[in-house]
Amino acid sequence: MSENTSGSRWGDKKKAKIDSLAKSTSKKDDEGVSLLQSAWRRLRTDVVFLIGATIIVLFILLAIFAPWIAPHDPSAQLLLDQVRPQTNPVPGPQEGFPLGADPAGRDLLSRLIVGSQQTLIVGVFATLGGLLGGLTLGTLAGGIGGWVDSAIMRVVDVMLSIPSLLMAFSIAAVFANPTQWTVILAIAIIQVPIFARLLRGSMLAQRHSDHVLAARSLGVKPAPIVFRHMLPNSLGPVIVQATLVLATSIIDAAALSFLGLGNPDDRQPEWGQMLGKAQDYFNTYPHLAFYPAICIIIVALGFTLMGESLREALDPKSRR
Amino acid sequence: MTQTANDAETDSGAEPEVLLDVRGLKVHFPIKSGIIFGRVTGYVYAVDGIDLKIRRGETYGLVGESGCGKSTFGRAVLQLEEPTAGEVHFAGKDLASMKGEELRKQRQHMQMVFQDPLGSLDPRQTVEQLLLEGMRAHGLTKNRDSRQRLIDLLEAVGLPRNALSKYPHEFSGGQRQRIGIARALAVDPELIVADEPVSALDVSVQAQVVNLMQDLQKEFGLTYLVIAHDLAVVRHMSDRIGVMYLGALVEESDADDLYGHPLHPYTRALMSAVPVPDPLVEDTREQILLQGDLPSPANPPTGCRFHTRCPWAQATLCDTERPELRELETVETSKGHRVACHYAEQILSGEIQRRT
Amino acid sequence: MTTTTSHASPPAASGSNQPLLEVEDLRVTFGGRKGPQFTAVDGISFSVAPGQTVGLVGESGCGKSVTSLAIMNLLPGRGNKVTGSVRFDGKELLTLGDAAMRDLRGADLAMIFQDPLSSLNPVVPLGVQVSEVLQRHRRMKKPAANKRSEELLGKVGIPDPTRRLNEYPHQLSGGMRQRALIAMALACEPRMLIADEPTTALDVTIQAQILALLKELVEESGTALMMITHDLGVVAGLCDEVNVLYGGRIVERAARHELFATPRHPYTGGLLASIPRLDLPRGGRLNPVKGSVADNIPWDEGCAFAPRCNSVIDVCTQKSPDLAPDEATSDRLLRCHNPLTTDASDSTQEA
Repeated sequence: MSENTSGSRWGDKKKAKIDSLAKSTSKKDDEGVSLLQSAWRRLRTDVVFLIGATIIVLFILLAIFAPWIAPHDPSAQLLLDQVRPQTNPVPGPQEGFPLGADPAGRDLLSRLIVGSQQTLIVGVFATLGGLLGGLTLGTLAGGIGGWVDSAIMRVVDVMLSIPSLLMAFSIAAVFANPTQWTVILAIAIIQVPIFARLLRGSMLAQRHSDHVLAARSLGVKPAPIVFRHMLPNSLGPVIVQATLVLATSIIDAAALSFLGLGNPDDRQPEWGQMLGKAQDYFNTYPHLAFYPAICIIIVALGFTLMGESLREALDPKSRR
Repeated sequence: MTQTANDAETDSGAEPEVLLDVRGLKVHFPIKSGIIFGRVTGYVYAVDGIDLKIRRGETYGLVGESGCGKSTFGRAVLQLEEPTAGEVHFAGKDLASMKGEELRKQRQHMQMVFQDPLGSLDPRQTVEQLLLEGMRAHGLTKNRDSRQRLIDLLEAVGLPRNALSKYPHEFSGGQRQRIGIARALAVDPELIVADEPVSALDVSVQAQVVNLMQDLQKEFGLTYLVIAHDLAVVRHMSDRIGVMYLGALVEESDADDLYGHPLHPYTRALMSAVPVPDPLVEDTREQILLQGDLPSPANPPTGCRFHTRCPWAQATLCDTERPELRELETVETSKGHRVACHYAEQILSGEIQRRT
Repeated sequence: MTTTTSHASPPAASGSNQPLLEVEDLRVTFGGRKGPQFTAVDGISFSVAPGQTVGLVGESGCGKSVTSLAIMNLLPGRGNKVTGSVRFDGKELLTLGDAAMRDLRGADLAMIFQDPLSSLNPVVPLGVQVSEVLQRHRRMKKPAANKRSEELLGKVGIPDPTRRLNEYPHQLSGGMRQRALIAMALACEPRMLIADEPTTALDVTIQAQILALLKELVEESGTALMMITHDLGVVAGLCDEVNVLYGGRIVERAARHELFATPRHPYTGGLLASIPRLDLPRGGRLNPVKGSVADNIPWDEGCAFAPRCNSVIDVCTQKSPDLAPDEATSDRLLRCHNPLTTDASDSTQEA
């Protein structure tokens, strides 16, 4: 996320990228099932996709079965007696605690394992929230068109021109008592314009397609044209984008927590929050930051790999 | 308005009534520049003043090259493109003045067949859903025999029953076009506008679809407006033919008379350019090769729009005055053969010779 | 019966002209390994002599475009297998290295594609694109190449070539682009030109201009022209010898006058009966070939066309017909068990 420092030019670039994405995948369903089948055939043998999918499946399994996998209770201060604030604030690895404990004497490994739950919740709900908002705005803009479209898209453009992380900070900072849900809300909101623009782009392409014209000439009413013809045929690129957004929302959530805008209650561990709390000990005990960071990177990588290969597989131009 | 209704009625004794009466139809697309507040800097004169009448039960063929505005005209007739000016009277009612629900209800009576059979069918719908959609939109599925209706439709266009549960991509090009035709027929229309109905198909399949359309016309008493670039196909299918050039009709005539006595220089050039699958004809015929390309419809030439490419163009009138579509006072042409050329008589008599 | 009045040499007899391009038993197979195999071109042989125009005619999926790409060595490297032999001026092209092939393409062997817009580089001015060809293949200096480009554009009928040199492809109309493409193809005075549906995307009046240009080129410079098209009308006016393709194989080969006067293969006859003709009186129904290419049976089980054929007899679905000299007319090659009668107006079939 290094590029989000340079203001509105980056916003333009982002817009162009989203638009090109909409174009490249919006025609994907010209051949219906056969195209999906061929996409699946390609994915099955695509190493990148398989790696990504494996990571994600493992991550989801880990999150579901975390309470049973974790060796200890993540909030129990089992090694509190070893914590010496002056000389040795962080108990090191020992028998039963392969990664040692955190400054509150809680088992680090158990906290990492259980932390996957919150990370997954944040990622999924933030993405779903963004998807919902984006679908609503995009459908309104692409479906109704005219001044509604212009109005919505100007708002979306303004949102896109603000660096997304900065906006997430501002939204999260509005709340006096941050919780996990503030983080989710903040990240959902910053994803809305991306989804909205993407959906609107492919819906516009659909609007000018022959089959929509055919429906109009049949005398089908406007609402069914939008919901039965334009929307279903425009969802492809949005779904692909959702996979990619999952990765960035996990990273963004971590960033918010890192900066103290996340959930202050650390009894329920979360990777970003663990990373944030490790700041104080970064010089002396970097492993406290290292482990959650690695987890975040691997999971984000998993979603990115899957999303990218999905997009490539569904892009008719890259078909052989 | 009342005038037309009377006209149609008095006509019906001798000839079939006029089903579609287009008067002065214009479609101008604005060219905008600027991002937020689009400033209109000009217009594309896609359709620039067309009058034509189509009688019930006949096939009117509209022929012209790409960019001449024939597709836009077809869409404007169906009000799928909003006309800039003009009237479209369908069975006595002016469609151009209708809006919303009133217009939507009228769509039951006029349907369209598209050039791209695959692109015009929603890839996510089965044939059954595709056919039912229009019937539902006009409340034609209320009685229970809609299933039988679907099967009848498939039979009419020569598709097997099991096609109902299949998706468009599972069919060949010709079969897809049959689905498109069945969808148009589903709402029991009177007029079908077919925009290049066979040009995306293979030659052998083209003929199948042409025959099918002719059979259906007889069976259901349909009226066709066939829009195509292929003069041979249009001539084969049509009773009357209109030749379009740069947004306007340049000649209109009975199908037979058009080939026998082409009057407009553009019609002559067009006809001489169509390749004939017979080497004997090809070796001997004289081709009229036109110079250059179609001028831009955003900046059409003054006067006669064809004068920039016309091998018969004269120094006076052609570049200053736009010719009206008129009937010639000669015995050679049949009634209703109209041409928009200042010098049609002189060209016909040989008084004006072609420059080579 | 055996004499041919046309200027084209009958296919079976060896002409006085040494053929420039000889294609022998060309076979192109796609897929394989895991997916299903598909033979797009199934043993095609023909030759083109200098000054001769040979047509490959057929509908979509008959293998005509794949044939041209295989000759030019332009098929994507993976996923297909090309066997047989393609000799150009005695040189085998299928085994020629990439670098040698590049030297040949554009210089001696040029190709015109159907879609002129995607064949031109959209961000390079036209003049640069034409003169690049000259600089690469003819080692011309830039000013000389520019001058020659201008001449070429003028020659193919582009008005005001000096101005056009600096324009980009999108500023030209479809017909002008196709002319520009032809100018590029002609830049190095190729001895052989392969035109793959060169006029399909164009309007008839523009098509007439382009065809006249190609005809003139063949007559004046003795270029060998291989014309790939689906339009029998184009073939009738242009090609000396016509190969009708169906399902990846040649089903009939004859000089054009013979072919159109007495089509012998039911597919050729069916195609001709499918086309409404502008020069004949109106009325009557068209007589289309029934079904579609989806109905084909594999060639090794008989004749691929059999399911769509009106003259089908038992043997058609049992034995695959060979391409052999036609006994009844002896002026052509024919792949059919039960050909149409030589009297075109008689509809009764030979047993």
